[in-house]
Formats: sequence, structure tokens, C-alpha cells
Amino acid sequence: MSAGLSAAIRARLSDAFTLDVAISVPAGVTILFGASGSGKSTVLRAVAGLLRPDAGSITIGTRVVFDRSARLDVPARQRHIGYVFQHLALFPHLSIEENLAYGLRDEPEEERRRRIREIASSFRIDRLLARRPSAISGGERQRAALARSLVTDPSALLLDEPLSALDHATQLRIIDDLRRWNAAHNIPVLCVTHSHREVFALGDRVIVLDNGRVVAAGTPHDVLEMPEQASLAQLAGFENVIQATVVARKADAGTMVCRLMDTTVELEVPLARGATGSLIRIAIRAGDILLATEPPRGLSARNILRGRLVSLTRDGAAMVAAVEAGARFVVHLTPSAADSLGLALGQDVWLVIKTYSCRIAA
Amino acid sequence: MDWTAVVLSLRLALVVATALLVIALPLAYWITFSRWRGKFLVEAIVALPLVLPPTVLGFYVLVGIGSRSPVGRLWERWTGHGLAFTFEALVLASILYSLPFAVQPIAAAFAQLDASLLEASATLGATRWRTFTRIILPLSLQGVIAGAVLSFAHTIGEFGVVLMVGGNLPGVTRTISISVYDQVQSLQYGAANATALALLAFSFAVLAVVYALMRRPWSVAALP
Repeated sequence: MSAGLSAAIRARLSDAFTLDVAISVPAGVTILFGASGSGKSTVLRAVAGLLRPDAGSITIGTRVVFDRSARLDVPARQRHIGYVFQHLALFPHLSIEENLAYGLRDEPEEERRRRIREIASSFRIDRLLARRPSAISGGERQRAALARSLVTDPSALLLDEPLSALDHATQLRIIDDLRRWNAAHNIPVLCVTHSHREVFALGDRVIVLDNGRVVAAGTPHDVLEMPEQASLAQLAGFENVIQATVVARKADAGTMVCRLMDTTVELEVPLARGATGSLIRIAIRAGDILLATEPPRGLSARNILRGRLVSLTRDGAAMVAAVEAGARFVVHLTPSAADSLGLALGQDVWLVIKTYSCRIAA
Repeated sequence: MDWTAVVLSLRLALVVATALLVIALPLAYWITFSRWRGKFLVEAIVALPLVLPPTVLGFYVLVGIGSRSPVGRLWERWTGHGLAFTFEALVLASILYSLPFAVQPIAAAFAQLDASLLEASATLGATRWRTFTRIILPLSLQGVIAGAVLSFAHTIGEFGVVLMVGGNLPGVTRTISISVYDQVQSLQYGAANATALALLAFSFAVLAVVYALMRRPWSVAALP
């Protein structure tokens, strides 16, 4: 197992924004996740040597490439880190082959050809080598950019949202090729994204940034399925984040009862930190809420809230309903379900929410 | 037509445009990529010839190279004759006068480059020199050609500075624009017209060639 990458850095980018993170990235794919403006790209740029932090240190493998206190700052060109830019940054005036060869100037001709052939076949761009970047498709450009950054055998790979412009199927194929390549090379790969779908597709581990700080780290499941922060919950696709007060703790039942802010509406949620009377936030996925047009009976679900349908819109293949029930709830349902219920704006509806569909985001 | 003047003008413009390329490339690079706070001062100095009357610039060049100035004395010790009213003086004055015409298009082309291309080059292990020759220069070729051609054409057309610094010596400092002026002064309107028309046609042809050359394939297809 080759060594990983670690960075503990602080960088003040403006009066309002300071990046202050300590991350450790072992070999394999780690996702750097967060909303735009959370500092993800800044971390990548600092690691690559494109931005100088105000304090801290960066180590790649066993090599220290930045140490402010020792006044060490290895320039980007000597860090030997692969970097795939958001817009790929393929050189437009060079062919794909010349792009791949760009980082290999010190190798003898023979070796250079061999490595280009090898990486081109790993990333399925063998037949495109003579073309210019403008003459190939978006997915192919993506592959070319990955190949260009990996052909030099870097000691780490940084990806700055390179897949966001592609359709899901193309993304998955490229990710497969990257995984296959890395199974043989086993370098730390740090990939920035703001899409939670990519987190599950790509990452062995995820580090979550919010406003310049690391707020969570772990496996995608642990971090995104059990968010401890409201911002993280919304990032991870919990459409409903609702403020509530703890009114009773039922330790033996493993639940607690919470009252939605400024209402008498109560929700039973899993027992978590938070004393009686304290303020918490409850995160619920829109797809985890059932919608009924009559008061449901004989259900195991503990929470049945009466509300009023205030809007119903179509979003791609799903219908999105907004229901006012003490708080504004967003509910996803299929168009056929919406049809058969015969929903009309303003009508009374009931929301059914299982206790364990409620996550507590402190 | 005053062929001596035509040849002299072409020779002057060629020397000046070549010298300006050598000077303007590093200067434009520095102006574009330097993070020095006082950079605007240098930019202002480079742009000065755009707003100064040629007579003012010519006057200071004349003072600067006169036999009482250190530069003038040094030149006299080297060559045995004064610098003022020579071809070399014209070259020097023209370089100063056409400097913004070379620097500004090149700096503009450098500034338009996608910064991530330069960063990509660095992460692929390239030195600044390699990034400059392999990425910056080829992708800024239009600006560089524009800078060279504009400084060439501008030198061909200059009048006031030449008159101040070079005077009107046939074969030495009498350029084509001075020649037209001379012909008009001595009421040779036919000759003046021939020379002026030739200059007009030449300028148009040069600019047409440049604009035709500037249609590079990758400037249209742009980046992904």
C-alpha cells in the first residue's frame, strides 16, 4: 500500500472566508464534498501548489511539499501531482497525443511512446490520438484529461468536479476506468464534487467541507445517511430540514417527541442528543414521506400530520408536492400516484412519516 | 516616386518591428503576469507615446541623445560621430514611439488566455519558459502578429518624431512620410500623390494580410 496525502492548512481568501482544514487522504478515492463556495477547490489548489496557504503543511507520501514554518514551498511543477481541472484545460492547439506527451519531456522517445500507448488504451482513447480536443466529444475529452494527468505516474491525483458536465452513464464508465487504473497504481485520489450522487458512485471515503471547515469525514454511508448538521443534511439530499423543540425523551422506547417550531404539531423521532426543551433540526428525505388524501388508520408509522396541499409541480420524472403542516414539507411522489389521488391545490392531506425516516441534525 | 525614401522607411520599420518584438514579449509577459502593486506605473509609461504629441517625445529623445547628454557622449566616444540626425537615432525614437503598439496587443492576447491552461502546464512539470514557448506563445500568436505588424505600419507612417530626431537627410533620415511632406512643400502634387497612394495601398495590403492570417482554426472552435 502506497502512502497517502495529508494537508493541514489555513488560507485566508477574503475578509469573509478563511479555509482552515486538516485532511488525510489514503490511497483510493476520497470525495471532497460540499456546497459551492465551501472551499473544496481551494484545498485542491493548495495541495497542487497553485495557491499558497498562509499556514500549515502538506505532505504527499513521505515527501513534505509545503511547510510554512520551515519556509518550504515546492513549486507546482515539482510536486508531481496529477490535476484534472473543472474545464479540463486540454491544450487546444495540440493533438490528444501531444497533450499526453506534454508531461513526459524527460523520457526517451521509446519510453514516451510506450506510456502514451498504455494510458490511451486504459482510458479507451487510442483512436483519438491524432485529433484536436475540439474535435472529440465531452466524455472523450474527459478521458483525455484524466490520461494526461496520469501518464506521468503522479504520486496523487486531484479531480476538480471533472464529471459534472457529463450524463450519468458516461460518468459511471469513466469512473470504472479510473478505478481499474487505480487498482494497479493505488495512489490517493481526491475528487471534488457537490453532487451527492457522485459521492456514492465514486467514493470509498468522503470528507465534507462547509464554509472552509471539515464538518464530517468517513464512509459515504455513515456521513450522508446520518448527517449531524443541517447544512450537510440539505447537501446530502434531505429536502426537509425542520426546526423543532424536544418536549419529551422516551429512553425505553428509543425515541423522543419534538414539537415543530411555533406550532402544536409533534413528531416522534429517534432518540438522540438534546435535552428536553432544547432546539434541534430534523432532516427528512422528500421521498420518505407518504401522502394520503384521507386520515390513514392502522399504520405502524408513528407520525401522521394533517396539512394542506399548497403546490404541486413536476420535476423531471417526479412530482413535487409542498404541504403546509405546521412547517412546509416537500414530498416526492410519482406522476401516476399524483393522478390516482386526484390531488387539488388547497385540499386537506395527511403526511405519514416513519420515526426512523427522521434524522436528527443538531 | 522617391525610392530612396521608400527603401529607407521599409528598412527602418523592419528594424524597429524586430527590435520591438524582442522588447515587447518579455515586457507584455511581465505586465500580464506580475503581481507587483506598482505595475500600473509601468503600464502608464508604456502607453505614454499614445497620448504625447510626437514633437514632445522627439524633443526629449533629441535632448537625451544630444552631445551634452551622457548617452550622446558615450555614443560619440564609440563611433566618433554624434547620434542625433542619424538612422540609429531614428530607430531609437521609433522604438519608443511604437512601443505601445507592440506591447498592448501582445499583453491583451496573454491576458485572454485561460489561466487553467498555464496551471495545467505547471502541474505537468513544465518550467515557466516551457509554458511560455509551448502554450502561451502559440495560443497568443494573433496578438504577437498584430503587435509586430502594427509597430511596423506605425513606424512607416510616423512623421513628427522623425522630423524632430532625424531631420530630413536623403537616404539617411528622409522617410517616405517626410518625402510626401517635402513634395507638397515644393508644390509637386503629382509626385506627392503617387507616393501617398503607394503608402495607402501598402498599408491596406499589410492589414488585410494580417486579418486574413488571424483566422486560426482553434480560435473559432475555442475550448470545451
